[in-house]
Amino acid sequence: MHRPGFYLPLVTLLGAMAAVLSAPLLAAPDESAAIPQVRRLNEQQYRNSVADILGEHIDIKGRFEPELRTHGLLALGSSVVSVTPFGFEQFDTIGRSVAQQYVEAVKKSPADYCDSPAAAGITSQCAADLLDRLGGQLFRRPLSDSERALYSGILTEVGGQKDDVYEGLKAGLSGMLVAPPFLFRIERVEADPDRAGAMRLDSYAKAQRLSYFLWNTTPDAQLLDAAAKGDLHTRSGLKKQVNRLLASPRLEAGVRALFDDMLRFDEFDKLAKDPAVFPRFNFKAAADSREETLRTIVDHLLVENADYRELFTTRKTFLTSSLGLIYRVPVANPGGWSTYVFPPGDNPKAGDRAGLLTRVSFLALHSHPGRSSATLRGKAVRELILCQEVPTPPANVDFSVVQDTDNPQFKTARERVLAHQTDAACASCHRITDPIGLAMENFDGSGVFRAMENGVAIDSSGVLDGREYEDAVGLGAAVAAHPDTPACLVRRVFEAGSGRTVERDESEWMKGLNRRFARSGYSLPALLRLVATSDQFHAPSQSVQAKAPAADSLAVALPHPPTGEEK
Amino acid sequence: MKKGLSRRRFLQGMCRGSAVAVGLPLLDLFLNDNATALASGAPIPVRFGTWFWGCGMNIDRFVPTTVGANYDLPPELKYIEAHRNDVSVFTGFNTFLDGAQNFCHYSGQYSILSGAAPMTKEAIEGPTFDTLIAEKIGGSTRFRSIEVSATGNPRDSHSRTGPAITNPSEVSPVALYQRIFGADFRDPNRADFTPDPEIMLRQSVLSSVREQYRDLEKSLGHSDRQRMDQYFTSVRQTEQRLALMLEKPAPAAACAIPQNPAEMTPGSDVDTAAHNNRLFAGLLAMALACNQTRVFNMLFSNSFSTLRKPGTTVTHHQVTHEEPIDEELGYQPEATFFVEQSMKAWAAFLDEIKAIPEGDGTLLDNSLILALSDTQFAKVHSLNSIPMMIAGKAGGKLRSGLHVAGRGDPVTRVGLTVQQVMGLNIDSYGNKSMKTQKPITDILVT
Repeated sequence: MHRPGFYLPLVTLLGAMAAVLSAPLLAAPDESAAIPQVRRLNEQQYRNSVADILGEHIDIKGRFEPELRTHGLLALGSSVVSVTPFGFEQFDTIGRSVAQQYVEAVKKSPADYCDSPAAAGITSQCAADLLDRLGGQLFRRPLSDSERALYSGILTEVGGQKDDVYEGLKAGLSGMLVAPPFLFRIERVEADPDRAGAMRLDSYAKAQRLSYFLWNTTPDAQLLDAAAKGDLHTRSGLKKQVNRLLASPRLEAGVRALFDDMLRFDEFDKLAKDPAVFPRFNFKAAADSREETLRTIVDHLLVENADYRELFTTRKTFLTSSLGLIYRVPVANPGGWSTYVFPPGDNPKAGDRAGLLTRVSFLALHSHPGRSSATLRGKAVRELILCQEVPTPPANVDFSVVQDTDNPQFKTARERVLAHQTDAACASCHRITDPIGLAMENFDGSGVFRAMENGVAIDSSGVLDGREYEDAVGLGAAVAAHPDTPACLVRRVFEAGSGRTVERDESEWMKGLNRRFARSGYSLPALLRLVATSDQFHAPSQSVQAKAPAADSLAVALPHPPTGEEK
Repeated sequence: MKKGLSRRRFLQGMCRGSAVAVGLPLLDLFLNDNATALASGAPIPVRFGTWFWGCGMNIDRFVPTTVGANYDLPPELKYIEAHRNDVSVFTGFNTFLDGAQNFCHYSGQYSILSGAAPMTKEAIEGPTFDTLIAEKIGGSTRFRSIEVSATGNPRDSHSRTGPAITNPSEVSPVALYQRIFGADFRDPNRADFTPDPEIMLRQSVLSSVREQYRDLEKSLGHSDRQRMDQYFTSVRQTEQRLALMLEKPAPAAACAIPQNPAEMTPGSDVDTAAHNNRLFAGLLAMALACNQTRVFNMLFSNSFSTLRKPGTTVTHHQVTHEEPIDEELGYQPEATFFVEQSMKAWAAFLDEIKAIPEGDGTLLDNSLILALSDTQFAKVHSLNSIPMMIAGKAGGKLRSGLHVAGRGDPVTRVGLTVQQVMGLNIDSYGNKSMKTQKPITDILVT
């Protein structure tokens, strides 16, 4: 049933009346995409944003809708997903709990939130100002007039009804926390004054792109301020902000999110290993191995600002006692984390390890629940590290020989997998995955070293696109030397940050970006700087550029009054 | 609430200071289209559900040799013996790819549920019909539909409101219990009822926020507009749920609030899945009996079935591919173990639905539950004769307990029949070679 005339609560009508007053701005018959991109906040971004804006003390309990991976990244899937009824139900529950906790904190120490609180608590004026300020942070731009009317209307009406300004504040804040401008990163465009007929992202859209890209959270006060002043539209203003974001310790959160996504670490959430087969691998080991790799990445790329390619050869890592059990090495600090350097050379018990591909996170994630998989590991190197595509297997295949581990004829995975190659249909794909994966066969499905399988010594030699190696350490060196390795990172960084895939006509620019990444010594901070200050990163999607209407008609189409100048 | 606010006073309060006059009886405000559907004396509603298991069956051990009523029960079907008169079995219905790739463990179920073979792995060709049925019959209950999976992964769900919008599954029986029977539950059989002004307030805030952003869609491109439309639909559903909480619910004779289940670790071993299957079945049965939902979708295992025997190294999906066919038996014994466990679970699920008395029969008599898999013989991902079953009499609209041989007809005939029985006004279903206008009249009561 929809009977708008009287079904709607009256605060809505107040809002609607305010909207009518500004009718010229709202008349938006234009069908062109004035908002070229809308991304749903993911769970971590939601948590980070709430902690930054409303306080770290706020406990967020609830279930978030699953994310979607497209073109290899959850960050790209965020441009496709919506909010389902289940998801909204959860957002509503979480939002009300967040608002409740925030209001309790205000109640406890009103002086922290208002300049001159009344003895009994905050005044309604203070509450209105507070809500307005929170709105500007939650929505990552100032509220429009009609939004201000809506939320202060809720505050006044509910506060008045219940005779309690805190209840009003809670209701207003709950409303903001389920509103589209908070749950979605809505990027608006405006006419570009420097290029007739062209469009550009507005400065608040630029600010949120930068902030979620580099810090994985909402823009801070300085960044919003720079957006308000229009600084992000100038070369020097943009550089200044990017340099500030890069210099902050908060960069770590952004880098962790980037690699967690790129390495598909979300799959740890459903990783199950059979405890009877892999007694050393448990829930704790899984969580620690994810953290081990992220610590290594942060240490190598940010703390040491070292060559990205050396991540595949580095012997330095970080261990806990659960990981020490799997690696079979001593751990300096059994109660926590300690640095460890794998010694070079074959160790009959612990094997030889160097680089991310020999870490438990990679080896265990790309295995079956009860055994290793040369094919899954090889496929992961191709797809995750080199950004190459491995075709899906044909539907009608007999894997019986390949996977029967009890077959006396084929004792090792190499012998079984080579059977693939007797079938032409299989061989075409397995030739590109298996030789890589077989190099990691010295590590079982949980990452523990083994020299033999079924009593036969494991042959871990192979070749990657023309480069031969003897074992997993050699494979790491081959991956480090592969030209697709840094190129893949460049592409992932750009796509995760911009929320769109690289367009065909940007290939020349991407080549240049790769050259500059190489000149920087494959430094991640340098790459982030190059991307974050580029025009391509801040460009609205090409489809918008193509059908951008004339500047004056678009100004009418934007129901979004606040701009930097007006603020 | 401090002052025992009445609904009228609250709403008047909402008007205060506004120039807008409300001239209609306020009590109508929170009535919903179907608000009277549950009034006493109204007919018992028909419910719809799906129950999915992964990796199919063995045709020689599953397909009855006789058609029609009293069909025989080959080894993999013998588990449903107690329900034979309630379950119709559909075999020999085929899926046509029309040039699309056979995406393993994906093309089959979405062909059945959306009527078209998906062209990519990322998006299917349309919504799945459970969401259309939910749209049609789910408006008067708190939940439009409830998705559940015994696999432990919320992404395991085949319910899609659009090509890429998946309704995630509940994976914890405790979380499901809280969602249905927690703080927002209103016992339909309680004598007293006082509408909670707090609920009214929440509803007002939500609809105000939704109205505020209605124009947003105008600024969006086509696909983003669909996404935002889904968001608004989701908000509206929450508002409608709140509106329902302001009405005294109609009594539901069979409704008895179940016990809060003990937390189960979701797990992929077959014993845990079977246990959770039963817990979910009991909760869903009560959710239906208590008028909390009319529609559900349940996964026993996912299509790449990750079921395992405890302590073994390989999953059901893996063994379907890796295990040779035993020459003496003529089938894969390990893989077949999981098929039989799945059929056992299906029977257990029906036990729980049937345990609820309703009218002259049981809840199952007033339901239509479609069981399906993603493939026939998983080893080669065959899409012909994917097993499907329909349990229940749909409130007297269905003849049950028949074996129907499809003889190569498209799977969409089953989907068309189901949708028509559930009240959708359509005369055809499916795309290209799978387009059909022929419902399966054998099972219809005319």
